[in-house]
Amino acid sequence: MTATTTTGATAAATSGRRPRALPAWVLGLIGLAGLMLLTELAPRAGLVSRRYLPPFSDMMAALGDEAKTSTFWQSLLDTLRGWAIGLAIALVAGVLLGIVIGSLPAVRAALTSTIEFLRPIPSVALIPLAVLLYGPTPRSTLLLVVYASFWQVLVQVLYGVQDVDPVARETARSYRFRPLTQVRTVIWPTALPYVVTGFRLGAAVALILEITGELVIGSPGLGQQIAVAQNSEAVPSMYALVIVVGLLGVLVNVVVRALERRALRWHPSIRREMIS
Amino acid sequence: MSVLSVARKMLLLLAVPVVLIAAWWFATAHSTNFFWPPLHDILATFGDTWFHGRFTADVLPSVARLLAGYFLALILGVGLGVAIGSLRWLRALLEPVLEFFRAIPSPVLVPILMLFAGIGDGMKILVIVSGCVWPVLLNTVEGVRGLDEVLTDTARCYRMRPHSRLIHLVLRGASPQIAAGARQALSIGIILMVISEMFAANSGVGFTIVQFQRSFSIPQMWTGIILLGLIGNVLSIIFQIVESRALSWYTGLRRSQRES
Repeated sequence: MTATTTTGATAAATSGRRPRALPAWVLGLIGLAGLMLLTELAPRAGLVSRRYLPPFSDMMAALGDEAKTSTFWQSLLDTLRGWAIGLAIALVAGVLLGIVIGSLPAVRAALTSTIEFLRPIPSVALIPLAVLLYGPTPRSTLLLVVYASFWQVLVQVLYGVQDVDPVARETARSYRFRPLTQVRTVIWPTALPYVVTGFRLGAAVALILEITGELVIGSPGLGQQIAVAQNSEAVPSMYALVIVVGLLGVLVNVVVRALERRALRWHPSIRREMIS
Repeated sequence: MSVLSVARKMLLLLAVPVVLIAAWWFATAHSTNFFWPPLHDILATFGDTWFHGRFTADVLPSVARLLAGYFLALILGVGLGVAIGSLRWLRALLEPVLEFFRAIPSPVLVPILMLFAGIGDGMKILVIVSGCVWPVLLNTVEGVRGLDEVLTDTARCYRMRPHSRLIHLVLRGASPQIAAGARQALSIGIILMVISEMFAANSGVGFTIVQFQRSFSIPQMWTGIILLGLIGNVLSIIFQIVESRALSWYTGLRRSQRES
């Protein structure tokens, strides 16, 4: 939010000749309001069939009904829990393996081709296997989430470890820092921005796969609720749930970016942004 | 020496994959576990499963839909991205809306798009477009916004025509970002290709794999997983080749900047 207001302020400052230029966040709100108005009016005016796109007010009413049920809140909780557990496992595994593989050049060289081969395998290819192994349970979705977000983290950590200043590394070695001390004082500070990027990418991918798993496999969560709404042809509730999922995605992005700024407060790139 | 280094490179490239495949082979060689059939059974069924008609009936249509959706998304994303990136008011107006649409996990759009477009090819291509367009669009916006100011001013001073300005300045300058978006979009596209077929279809790789799983044809299902992995790999290799050709000027520029 602060970012949009500051860009709005600079935009207003640079276009000094047009003092009536609206700040960016006002325009943004107008854009959102316009979208809502469009989804309200298009079906009412008969441009789109109401069976396909119910008016916005219907979606909100359906959302209100959903919010009164405990199923909705339970599903929301299930989704968030699956997302958090999967992301945590992927993050820990990705960071540990990334640091180990990245710090041993021979291992890294030997594993590069394998990583490059496994990474482009689409995670949804594992859906049938997950279904067979675990059935429609949270565990099969967890498998997808971990697989998909693990690669995002691992690859970023590998880049990060590669980026370590050779002089710093040699210095640490000359002073005979113990391996763990080397990791803590030399590798970790350099790799942290990359870890954070991996975390941001992984968080978004994990949410996508969590919802996808629920939708396709039928493990409990918001995705499963969308499938239920689809099968019972409750179109407004379906839209309402999709909106909730979208807002969840926005929330994840915002929170992750805030965490990113906090974890990297000391880093030149963030400090420069704050000064300017 | 060069022969040695080539041999070394090949060894590094192949050693671990060979070991892993061998481990899979021997670990499952006499496997009676229903879910983990012997690897040689999987490989033996691979040809029968995919190359007797299924390749043209399922694999090619899937890939064709993927490519159609992907290129449509590229055109749409770059076109809209250039427009949004160049107009400050439009960017401010649409930013929250775009943030919202990008945040929706694209598979949940499948049920909605099924309402509009049925369950035919159109729906599947639409699903792929609806997922692939966001990374391309947002990266194009960022790329256009981050154009070198000296270059934009120079183009203005030389009174470049809008058409050549667009091609030589805007698209060229934003192309590294566009490529980054296109790479993300490719992996999303493959995921959506499979998902859209798992929902409702009567052909396609995703559909066939789910059929195998439902009928407990386990070795066939494994060949499907391997096939999807191969498709993912081949497409990503093609992408890398195209990208390194198209962006050779950029990588060269970066290298010379880093050295100086």
